[in-house]
Amino acid sequence: MTGGGLLLRFSWFSAEAEIPAVMTKANFIGELGINSYLSIATDGTITIFSPNPELGQNIMTSFPMIVAEELDADWTKVKVVQAPLDTQKFERQLTGGSGAIPHSWKRLRTAGATARYLLMAAAANRWKVEPSECTASNGFVLHAKSGNKLGYGELADEASKIAVPAEVPLKSRKDFKIIGSSVRNVENKKIITGKGIFGLDFYREGMVLAMIQRPTAFGTKIKSVDASAAKAMPGIIDVVTFKNNVAIVGKSTWEIMKARKAVKIEYEKDGNIESTSDHDRLFVSLLNSDQAKVRRKDGDVETAFKNAAKIVKSEYQCPFIPHNPMEPMNFFADVRADGVELVGPTQTPASARTATAKLLNIPEDKITVTITRLGGGFGRRLKFDYVVEAAELSSIIKKPVKVIWSREDDMMGGSYRPAVRYRFEAALDEKGNMVGYKLRGVGINVNNSTREDNFPSGAVENLLIDSVEHISPITTGPWRAPVTNFLAYAEQSFLDEVAVAAGKDPVQFRLELLQKARMNSVGAIKYNIDRMETVIKQAAEKSGWGTKKGVSQGFSVYFSHASYVAQVCDVVMISGKPAVKKIVAVSDCGEVINKSGALQQVMGAIVDGYGHAMYGKLTFKDGVPGEKNFGEYRLIRMKEIPEIEAHFIDNGIDPTGLGEPALPPTGGAVANAIFKATGIRLKNQPFIDQPLYNSAKKGF
Amino acid sequence: MAMFTLQINGKEYRADVAADTPVLWVLRDHLGLVGTKFGCGIAQCGACTILFEGNAVRSCVLPISAVKTSKITTIEGLSENGDHPLQIAWDEVDVPQCGYCQAGQIMTAAALLKRTPKPTVEEIDNAMHGNICRCGAYHRIREAVLSAAKKI
Ligand code: FES
Ligand code: FES
Repeated sequence: MTGGGLLLRFSWFSAEAEIPAVMTKANFIGELGINSYLSIATDGTITIFSPNPELGQNIMTSFPMIVAEELDADWTKVKVVQAPLDTQKFERQLTGGSGAIPHSWKRLRTAGATARYLLMAAAANRWKVEPSECTASNGFVLHAKSGNKLGYGELADEASKIAVPAEVPLKSRKDFKIIGSSVRNVENKKIITGKGIFGLDFYREGMVLAMIQRPTAFGTKIKSVDASAAKAMPGIIDVVTFKNNVAIVGKSTWEIMKARKAVKIEYEKDGNIESTSDHDRLFVSLLNSDQAKVRRKDGDVETAFKNAAKIVKSEYQCPFIPHNPMEPMNFFADVRADGVELVGPTQTPASARTATAKLLNIPEDKITVTITRLGGGFGRRLKFDYVVEAAELSSIIKKPVKVIWSREDDMMGGSYRPAVRYRFEAALDEKGNMVGYKLRGVGINVNNSTREDNFPSGAVENLLIDSVEHISPITTGPWRAPVTNFLAYAEQSFLDEVAVAAGKDPVQFRLELLQKARMNSVGAIKYNIDRMETVIKQAAEKSGWGTKKGVSQGFSVYFSHASYVAQVCDVVMISGKPAVKKIVAVSDCGEVINKSGALQQVMGAIVDGYGHAMYGKLTFKDGVPGEKNFGEYRLIRMKEIPEIEAHFIDNGIDPTGLGEPALPPTGGAVANAIFKATGIRLKNQPFIDQPLYNSAKKGF
Repeated sequence: MAMFTLQINGKEYRADVAADTPVLWVLRDHLGLVGTKFGCGIAQCGACTILFEGNAVRSCVLPISAVKTSKITTIEGLSENGDHPLQIAWDEVDVPQCGYCQAGQIMTAAALLKRTPKPTVEEIDNAMHGNICRCGAYHRIREAVLSAAKKI
């Protein structure tokens, strides 16, 4: 926008609500380029910089929708641009924890409303009428009495000279036109025409490519490297060893892939070398450890279990799983004397920069980070190992380099969802009331594998939740809905077991517990009882709970990332095997910003949750992952998806995130339905490895 | 190394590469056609799908020496203005999540519709089963194929 216009500086993320300041033409020229602004050009084009990395959660569409709503903008004139890392202007410029929308809701609305206020004031000045007589709609300010009408572009320059008010009124939700509607992904066009928008597509004149051989077994380090043959191969520029990495640097991917096979590397032991069978043994012993850390303790569990009429006890286990974003890890780095340029897909650009600055021992302001679109993340790109590694390599070879991971590198390269085992115990009295509850979590590299304040905590008089950790050289990290992606399944399956043991309907059983938490709560309650109750009741109603002939239903409900989701799974038996037919989900994430995006998140999360519960596993033999690519590692495919019906609670509460919350309940709903259909309780993931499915294992 | 002449998207391209270089890497590294994606490299995910004489083929395992005079279409050449019925349907149904798999999905669907202009859901599922979408956008992919088929 060189021809003037309105440039509104606002903070998407600052902790204190910052008062937006209009920038005049004179001072924005110096600022033009990288910024957090909403700008309105004189031709009416509205540009909004989107700070958060986009990995499919659709934030590049939903954030601007909120601004455009309050601005009464013409959505077709809104342009969205991915902002690079700028810690001065943005706070929380990361994607994770389903946290962006709740964090920014008010700020985005205020930004849009402020711009609208200024545009209306400018129009009123021009027409010499009271601003209160003007209205704004679809990119225009209107004056009904005189029939005057001016576009935002025509008013932008004048608006930029008006002082910003300290407070602006926000719309009432009944006037929302954009929020709550279905708006298509703003990058659809680029995606469906094959534009190079992902990190792996990045190209810079003069750059070289590299692949890195990392130790194939966790717990080993390089002993010797012989790269002489590889170095002589066509297209190879160099082979360099740093830390535990052997980087093959070359001109083209295929030449590098071929040369890589010719590098001879010997490794030696450098820590524990573990196998899945070791973990299985460890889990058993740690479940009986006296080293567990108490996470929550209410009442007196010992007495409760001693006096119980009935005790239910059960254990659940999940394996490691890799994230497997469709776009493998990659990053571009150009380390020069005058500064460092980093370009690529990251969920956490700021931490990546801090780590790079530390490694290279240079100030952070010498490093720029450009965020490309991410071909998925699922938590993997919250880690920045692959960014720092690219920077280190560039600093060694003194060249701009794009480091590419193969699928095998990606799957074997670590940072997995940790393997966990849980033991649950419930004490019932004569009437079938749950009067005691124990949960112990044993996780590999998870400090706390429980969520001690989640339901049913608060509804049981005597409760003990604790956890033990085993430290392993196998690297782990957050995986979409960390901890709860498996805990929810285990817990919701166990509650189903307890309901069955108590002779109660699973839905009724949960509602009774909630009622108890409401009337007679025990200790702190960190979930909203009414909201949880509402999604439970709605899910039961929408799914026809208990009314369908020939269909076995399973129930599950979970509160995570500040949202509530209940699910009912329908299973029917087909030639002696349970077939998952349908999943009905009712989500309460407060105000739904983008209906299309929200549906996508819920449906995608359910497919993800179901797919991984059903098929996902990464096993280890002597520190080496047993599954290396999609040949052995099974991901859910089109023929395997159930029908999904997603509903939302329309309560107008400030929005919470939706990238994760619909995933945790899925495994439990499915397992409970399968139990109903077969009498078999699936206690280990993946389900496909359980005896029930063994014969159906092949042929995907 | 040898010089290969390729017919891609109605244009002639030349690449000086080893005979075993997969078409995927020729497109991406040598010709700047990066719409075709790398997902697995072993013909398991479908991200690299192109049309090879109208058939959906995994370009990650197709050596350039096998191409000869065959015509290749990539996502960039599926339509002139991004308005192939599948591309329109993909936008209307709002299919993409992260979007990374979608070029491969669209190319697989394009081959299907060429062969079977009015596919049943089962035929769609069979054809699309080889394409992984890690984001789980399968319902909308199916819906978009059905919607495009109605308009062809
Ligand atoms: S990259 Fe070719 S099928 Fe996966
Ligand atoms: S949209 Fe992300 S992999 Fe398909």
